[in-house]
Formats: sequence, structure tokens, C-alpha cells
Amino acid sequence: MPNFINILLNHFDYTLIIVAMGAAFLGTVSGALGTYAVLRRQSLMGDAISHASLPGIALAFLLTGTKMHLLLILGAAIAGWIGTVIIMAIVRLTRIKYDSALALILSTFFGFGLVLHTLIQKMGNANQAGLDTFLFGQAATILKRDVITIGILGGIVIIIMLILWKELKILIFDEGFAASMGLPIRTLDVLLTSLLVIAIVIGLQAVGAVLMSAIIVAPAVAARQWTDRFSVMVLLAGLFGAVSGVIGTIISSTAAHIPTGPTIILTATLFVIISITLAPNRGLVWNSSRQRRYNRNLRMASNKLIEQPQQKSE
Amino acid sequence: MDVPKTNAISVMDLTVAYHETPVLWDIDLDVPPGVLLAIVGPNGAGKTTLIKAILGLVRTASGKILIHNKPYEEQRKIVGYVPQRGSVDWDFPTNVLDVVMMGRYGSLGWIRRPRKNDRELAMHAIEKVGMEKYSNRQISQLSGGQQQRVFLARALVQDSNVYLMDEPFQGVDATTERAIVGLLQELRENGKTVVVVHHDLQTVSDYFDWVTLLNIRRIASGPVQDTFTSENLRETYGGRIGFMKNR
Repeated sequence: MPNFINILLNHFDYTLIIVAMGAAFLGTVSGALGTYAVLRRQSLMGDAISHASLPGIALAFLLTGTKMHLLLILGAAIAGWIGTVIIMAIVRLTRIKYDSALALILSTFFGFGLVLHTLIQKMGNANQAGLDTFLFGQAATILKRDVITIGILGGIVIIIMLILWKELKILIFDEGFAASMGLPIRTLDVLLTSLLVIAIVIGLQAVGAVLMSAIIVAPAVAARQWTDRFSVMVLLAGLFGAVSGVIGTIISSTAAHIPTGPTIILTATLFVIISITLAPNRGLVWNSSRQRRYNRNLRMASNKLIEQPQQKSE
Repeated sequence: MDVPKTNAISVMDLTVAYHETPVLWDIDLDVPPGVLLAIVGPNGAGKTTLIKAILGLVRTASGKILIHNKPYEEQRKIVGYVPQRGSVDWDFPTNVLDVVMMGRYGSLGWIRRPRKNDRELAMHAIEKVGMEKYSNRQISQLSGGQQQRVFLARALVQDSNVYLMDEPFQGVDATTERAIVGLLQELRENGKTVVVVHHDLQTVSDYFDWVTLLNIRRIASGPVQDTFTSENLRETYGGRIGFMKNR
């Protein structure tokens, strides 16, 4: 195993491998977790969380003065989590609809984050350079210890997901039935959202707050086209996320100043386009060819009937 | 059989309100064990809310609900539930067997995975509703009646004593409806209590032996022959059912 790593290190740039590993981890976690968000019709929740996390990063930096990755994403997680809790509370306590609450919180938090961001830049602190990466993502800034953080947090998310597999599955398929069996759906709901928050904040450094939701949604949407089984969908979404992450980082590392986020997202979008057009059963190409075959058979059958009317009438 | 002689369900002084509008007002209801009961009433009468309140799914403003003399929280394992078909997304990536297996989750408890035994119980329930040919079918490819039978099988696999069903005949053709009724009557024959939200007044006397007439308040409740009178129906529907024959 160490030998294998050495060979890899000799053939590829060390930084690139570190970065690709980080991207693979975060792609897997956000792809898998995204399945839950997409199936619950909460795709935009990811967008709200990632945007809402921005002021958390800025505040964590302002309060501690460090750029320690773990601290910054802790700040991001807290802010993102508060944002979603407020959204849930607005929906539950007022008559404001889900989409309005989402838009409201998303833009307010993001705006506040931008204000803090500008403030930090004006302070001229030598340490502040690099906070920009959390906006559009810059995978090149990912260090080995960041990959370890991503790996550990992502691992925790995946393990909790596996342990509570059937509970979370029935929660997203049939909440009423789950509640009738005595599952604490409010708690599970908060837990699932918290897992989504973690999946998002570990991706912020590489993908950025602006585009992070796409890596939550795109792999799951692509995966749904290929399978009718929930477990396979989660697996495929994780795989698509990982591959998008790796390809995106490699492309962006080949040239300077290509932000990684957009490259990863474009790769993931490619998966979506291919899946929507080509996947069997659900794909557009498949559907139209099936429709054409059906129409042709129908035409042939009716032609036969016209040719032999006396047979039919008997 | 260890069916207790107590009421299967007793509801006392139940009131439920959404945004200060009462949906159910001061409901008292006793359901004896071993009956097949229809809850009947106009749209917005609170039929679904009553079932959800019994299951503890909606917040109640006041009142007490007992299942065989104990609160619902202690009796979960003996209560089976069939939600409205439209309450779930049928494009969810799963198949018939998988959905029916969800009925086993309650007795499995946390974390544990379904085993071979659970699979066999689920297959048996699928056979009972006549869906054995479709056990591997993706649920989005089912007809309305088939979806309803899947939900019924999921409740059967819960192996309960009391069943609460929200419009199990909705979107079902006549043949399937007859089959479902047969199944419900078989449950009653086995000493189970079955409560059904029902819409078709014409079939109440044929299908059920007990009826509750509901319109925010409980208008009447009891054996069909005594309770399902044109007088009570007029009170429930506010005189809007001229087509009903006097039964």
C-alpha cells in the first residue's frame, strides 16, 4: 500500500493528489447526502445552507484571527445550521411559504456575509488573503490536514447515514407512517439537515458557497436516471460526486486562476446531461425511441385491420 | 386470542384546531373491539384529522385518547395505519416488496436490518392482497388500485390489533374495492378492529357494521342499522343528500 502511494506520488504532483483526494471525499459525501435532499424535494435547502454559512466563516475569522480550516468550517456550520433552523421555524410558525422563507434567509445571510467579507478585506490583515476561496472555491489551497478534516467529518456523516439507514429512508418516503410507528421525526429531520450542513461546509473550501448546492443536487439527479433502487441511487450519487470532484480539481489545477468550484460543477452537470439523455428507461433518447417503436407497431396493427376487415368483423 | 374486552378505541373530549379554526370539536367516541367501522362525513368534516389525532400525528387542543385502555404511545405495536395514497411521492426509487417491508420497521426497532423472516412476512402480506406478481415492480409503475393494495399489505404486515385506514378505496376500481372489502371483513372475523375513512354513502350498509357520522362534531356513532338513518345523515350533511334512500 505505501508502495502504491509512492508510485502515485512519483507520477503525479503531490499537491494534486492531496487536492483530488479531498475533492473525492467531499464529492462522495455531498452526492450521497444530496440524494435525501433531492428525494425530499428540498434541493434548494443546500443552496440556503451554503449561502447562509458565509457570515459564519467571516465571523470565525474575525473572532479568532486565524485561518485554521477546522475553525472556519465550524463557523460555517453554525451559521448554516442557524439559517436552516430559522427557515424551518418560519415555515412552522408563520404562513410564509417554504420557498419565500428560503429566499429570504439565503439572501439575508449571504448579504451579511459579503458585508463582513468586505470589512475584513479593508482591515488589511495580512492573514486575510484566502478567505475569497470560500466564495468560489480554490482547491489548490487544500492542504493535507484539510483533507484529514474532510475525511473524518465526511466519514462521520456516512457512518450515521448507514446506521440510521431504514429510519432516514422511511422518513423521506412516508413521514406520516414513520411518525405513526413512533419515530421521532422532528429529531430525525434536524439530524438529517445537520448531516447536510456538514456535507456542505466540508465542500466550501474547494467548491465555494455560491455553487456548493449544485454538487449536492446534480449527482443525485443524475443517479436517479439510472436506477429505481434507493440504495443504488445513494451509491451512484456518491460515485458521480467523487468523480466530478476529482475531474474538476484536475482540470482547474492544470492552469492557474481557474476556480475549482465552477469546474467541478460543470463536470457534474455533464453527468446530468448524459444521464437525462442516455439513461435506459428514463432517458430522453430511450423514451423517444420507445414511443416511436410503439407508434410503428400501432400503425402496423391498424394497417392489418384495414387490409382484412372481414376477418375482424367476425 | 388475547383480545381485551375493553373498547378498542376511546376518544374523550377531543378538540383539534388549526390557526384557531376548530377542525374537531369536543369529540367523544367509543369503538368496541372487533367492529368494521366507517367514518363518514362531508369534506372538511375532520375525518382524516380524527385518524391522525388517534395516531398522535396532530397536536390536539384538548382531550384524551386510549387504545385498549392505554395511551397510544404504549400501544403503537398493536396499531396499523394506512395513510392516504396521495400522501407520498410514488416516484420514490423503491419497489413493492421494499414498501411493504416498511411495515416491519416498527417491530424491528432502531438500527436493526430486516431479516429473512421479515421478508417472508412481507411476501405473505403481498400475496394476501393479490400483488405477488408485482413484488419487484417499481412503485411508480403501479395503478392507483395497486398502490392502495401495497399500502394495505404494509399495514397487514404490521400484524396489528387495531387498523386505521384513510380512504383505502380512493381511486380504486370496483373489483379491487370488492377485494379490499373482503380483506377488511376477514380482519374483523379474526377479532381485529378496523376503522376506515369512507366516502361512498351507498356502500356503508353493505360493507360496514358500525358507523361514525362526523362533521367537526360527532353527530352519531353506533351500529349501522341504528345509526345510519336519514335523520342523522341530514344532520351530518346539512340536508344536502336528497339522493339517499331511507335505509
